[in-house]
Amino acid sequence: MTSEGPVRLTLLPEAARFSLRVRQSDIAAAARAFGAALPARIGQTASAGPRSSLCLGPDEWVLHTSTDDAEALQQAFAAIAGAAPHSLTDISDRDRSILLSGPLVEDLLSTGCPRDVSSIPLGAGVRTVFDTVQVVLIRDGVTDFRLEVARSYLPHVMALLAMANLELAVAAG
Amino acid sequence: MLLIHCPYCAATLPELEFAYAGEAHIARPADPSTFSDEQWRDFLFIRTNARGLHFERWRHVHGCGRFFNAVRDTVSDKFLTTYKAGEPKPELEALLKAAGKDAAE
Repeated sequence: MTSEGPVRLTLLPEAARFSLRVRQSDIAAAARAFGAALPARIGQTASAGPRSSLCLGPDEWVLHTSTDDAEALQQAFAAIAGAAPHSLTDISDRDRSILLSGPLVEDLLSTGCPRDVSSIPLGAGVRTVFDTVQVVLIRDGVTDFRLEVARSYLPHVMALLAMANLELAVAAG
Repeated sequence: MLLIHCPYCAATLPELEFAYAGEAHIARPADPSTFSDEQWRDFLFIRTNARGLHFERWRHVHGCGRFFNAVRDTVSDKFLTTYKAGEPKPELEALLKAAGKDAAE
């Protein structure tokens, strides 16, 4: 999907996502099964190969990987289910990701997001709202953000972003 | 917009991410079968409805998803403090002293 304006909006291809809930005492075992760290601070990310994790709450992580790797990830966690009880939910089909990149990306996001977007450090992610829609916002670069939206809200969020993007283009002359 | 400090995220964030969840520190009955109708009424419906400092629950629903407690002045809407669920009630006098110091600075 393309949009006129200073920020490039790209709908990313389907990827595998999992919601992981695990107790404090079993985090180490879950991280071993995952193959990458599960950061303890809310907002921090970690990655290894195709897999990456983002801490969303004290006992909650969202795990990303490629669609080819999803099966292997689920099997790795199934193997530790007895020793380290956890909940691993496949949410791949729930969300779609939009990549936003361009120098005015912070201005564009601030049209709908109440957070101070500029205060999100590089490589960090947060769960927040965009025009009342719950989203996960991840900062991949200084001018690159990834916005994960439930697919049912995607047309709504996309339309708002495209309209704000056009306004930014008009303002820039 | 109110800015609310989430003790789990350790960040001060906009009100839009939070949901109010009623008065805090209301203990569930330890032995419900012995409760009289009046005691049930008080437990379920009777709240302090404070004018001034109020202990209340909030949920960071569009963030970490956690419930936590806060002390808010219902007149000025100013938050004195927020703390994790399960922690004891903070001392009001110490809080007011700390808040007064902030105002003086």
